[in-house]
Amino acid sequence: MPYDPSADVIEVIRHPAPSRAAGAYRVFGETLRGLKTTFARVVEGPHTIQYPEEKTPVYPRWRGRHRLHRFEDSDPAHPGLEKCVGCSLCAAACPADCIRVVAAENTPENRISAGERYAAVYEINLSRCIFCGYCEVACPFDAITMGHDYELSDYTRSDLIFTKEMLLAEPIERTPLRTEGE
Amino acid sequence: MIHLADVNYFEPWWAQIIKSLVIFGVVFAILPLLTIYERKLLGRFQGRYGPNRVGPFGLMQPLAEIVKFATKENFRPTTSIGFLYRLAPMLAILCAISALALIPWGDVNDIFGTRFGLYGIDVSIGPLYVFALAGISFYGIMLGGWASGSKYSFLGAMRGAAQLISYEVSQGLALVGVLITSQTLSLTGIVHAQRGMWYIVPQLAGFLIFLTASFAETNRAPFDLVEADAELVAGYFTEYGGTGFVAYLFSEYVNMMVVSGIATTVFLGGWMLPGNPHIPGWVDPFIVGAKMMLFMTLFIWVRATLPRLRYDQLMSFGWKVLLPLATLNLLVTAIVVVA
Repeated sequence: MPYDPSADVIEVIRHPAPSRAAGAYRVFGETLRGLKTTFARVVEGPHTIQYPEEKTPVYPRWRGRHRLHRFEDSDPAHPGLEKCVGCSLCAAACPADCIRVVAAENTPENRISAGERYAAVYEINLSRCIFCGYCEVACPFDAITMGHDYELSDYTRSDLIFTKEMLLAEPIERTPLRTEGE
Repeated sequence: MIHLADVNYFEPWWAQIIKSLVIFGVVFAILPLLTIYERKLLGRFQGRYGPNRVGPFGLMQPLAEIVKFATKENFRPTTSIGFLYRLAPMLAILCAISALALIPWGDVNDIFGTRFGLYGIDVSIGPLYVFALAGISFYGIMLGGWASGSKYSFLGAMRGAAQLISYEVSQGLALVGVLITSQTLSLTGIVHAQRGMWYIVPQLAGFLIFLTASFAETNRAPFDLVEADAELVAGYFTEYGGTGFVAYLFSEYVNMMVVSGIATTVFLGGWMLPGNPHIPGWVDPFIVGAKMMLFMTLFIWVRATLPRLRYDQLMSFGWKVLLPLATLNLLVTAIVVVA
């Protein structure tokens, strides 16, 4: 069958331009419609989240402030020892170069971590951190994970350098966790 | 002495002083509440709360702002004309407040044995007085914009001048229809004439025209080209800060109240309720207040809804649509009343 271009033409239905009176009527009608739309917002109620009092819940995989972990006290092999062995893989993976690890040898008298060495210094400069989570991925012992805390402001830059003790401490859960399906 | 107008009922001089002080005090107590009401309602219309941090429910917000404005440095631009620059906001607020005297809050009532008229003054030229003051308050805008010595202010003032003149005509003509029907120029007289039926029913067209023109007269959205915060920064009061700014702001709100009051008196039956139930006289001001509040809410609602008109749209709407409509309304009313 030969191609008939006129078969592809779609008729565009154009209504005649409204007259003065119809235009005025339409303006009036549209104004009322607009008023209805805005009034529906009053009925609907505000959507604002009253932030400091009311917080958006975070997802379980939210990448907030880092946490360092210990073994459980009840763990049979290494009760209460730090998981971090000071391998510096996290520091190597960090694109923002915000992690500083200084390793030291464990001794039988002073046993801190489960491995041969432990992190004598473990600092994260949170003013540089981009919360990419590469450190978490790089860690072979799951010693560092991303927590849920996102309220990280302070008055001085130096206060944003978190030391090992701060990262190890049980975090104050200031951010609500989103429950499944929410 | 030239005889300017008849005064229908007036009290001894001391009662008039008390009355004026009470009206002034109450209105200026309501004004800050009105600003917070507008901001909170605007918030609701936009799906948010509006100010709610200062004091309970944010009700202390206007107080905080007044303190902020009052403690600001009183400076003026070097290009400004000092005397006029200071005079203009005073003129604006003076005219706005003077117009308040006309709004009838209630009938003549016995209070503590003295007969008080619950209004500033009841003259036989009511609406003319209001329009005269509106005409003078236009100098407040004009002088303010010109004396600031700034291009933005001057542009804003020029726009304001053209807009106010254009819409004053339609506003006045819309009221004339009512005046023909009621056969009186006294505002209390107009309220009494509405005992049978409020004028919003027979004068619906006039009411809509008056309302639309009032939006333009009070420089409210969608006719707020005078301020046009996005294009002209703030129009004629760009260069004003501190108390001068507050004077302009308050005069705008007082103008809103005056227009609402006139609309209430002229179209919504003033202090009357549907069915004319027997109520004590002291309730009257509250009824008028509630009706005025309806208009305020409408003003805010429209502000939240409609975008600002373009300048040529504003002018063509005023002269080509509103003015012929108002004239037609007047003509029809006149024919109906005479026939």
